[in-house]
Amino acid sequence: MPWLSLPRPGDWLLAVCGAILCAASFPLAWQGRAEKVVVRRGGEVFAELDLTRDRRIDVPGPLGVTTIAVEKGRARVVSDPGPRQYCVRQGWLERAGQIAICAPNEISVQIVGNGRTYDSLGY
Amino acid sequence: MTRSVISLTATPDDHRVARLAAAAIGLALVDAAIPMPLPGVKPGLANIVTLIVLARHGWRAAAWVSGLRVIAGGLLLGQLLAPAFFMSLAGAASSLLALAGAVRLPERWFGPVSWSLLAAFAHVGGQLALTRLWLIPHDGVFHLAPILATAALLFGILNGLIAARLLAELEKRESSHGGRGERQRL
Repeated sequence: MPWLSLPRPGDWLLAVCGAILCAASFPLAWQGRAEKVVVRRGGEVFAELDLTRDRRIDVPGPLGVTTIAVEKGRARVVSDPGPRQYCVRQGWLERAGQIAICAPNEISVQIVGNGRTYDSLGY
Repeated sequence: MTRSVISLTATPDDHRVARLAAAAIGLALVDAAIPMPLPGVKPGLANIVTLIVLARHGWRAAAWVSGLRVIAGGLLLGQLLAPAFFMSLAGAASSLLALAGAVRLPERWFGPVSWSLLAAFAHVGGQLALTRLWLIPHDGVFHLAPILATAALLFGILNGLIAARLLAELEKRESSHGGRGERQRL
């Protein structure tokens, strides 16, 4: 008995609707809803950048200049004078709550969305 | 003290529900043994039994089989009254609600595959709602929704096809045996 003869017309229709629903749910649920980038120096807010506008800023710290870039709704530390480069190697920050900290140069970059989010969730 | 004897009389219907629930419990155990990459993604093979019962014996019997499977399955897997048990209870309850509506769809157009799909979506919907309200009260759980929905789509179709096939085979066997007798067996 062929499997393809089993579904009835409405079954096909529902399966297609379901597939469309699934495909639509991906961008809907995975939008970061991130709004702006907060750059801090020595614990004080140095700049608040709009995530939707591409730009690049230089932040002077105790060790030298840290460069931060905003591009396509993401942000990252491009260069930093710190010895271990953790914040640079962290790469792009995309979602609200994500943060890169250049501790030696006392600079942090954080993405802030609507409402405060948790740093991490365990379950 | 007077001796009292409590006698329970099991009707043939009770026996049938018990037999079908046993099959569902067996499949639920198989389900639990299959390794899955993500928490919450499972094939839900036991629902094949629920679908067949729904088609042949109606919604009440399906609800019984599904409920017994959730409780006995929880006992056997050692998760009775643990969060996982309430998750499967929420899933079973919401998919039974969906099935109550789904069986009323015109039979000519919608078969077990449709039922299975609707039940699968209701299943993850109910579980997500319970998770958001109780276990992980944070909107982060909705990041999992697309993956769960896709799994529901795939396994919903798969289980529906298997149920449709088994139902068709059963019907074929019954018509060739001319049999009420066969019908009693499943």
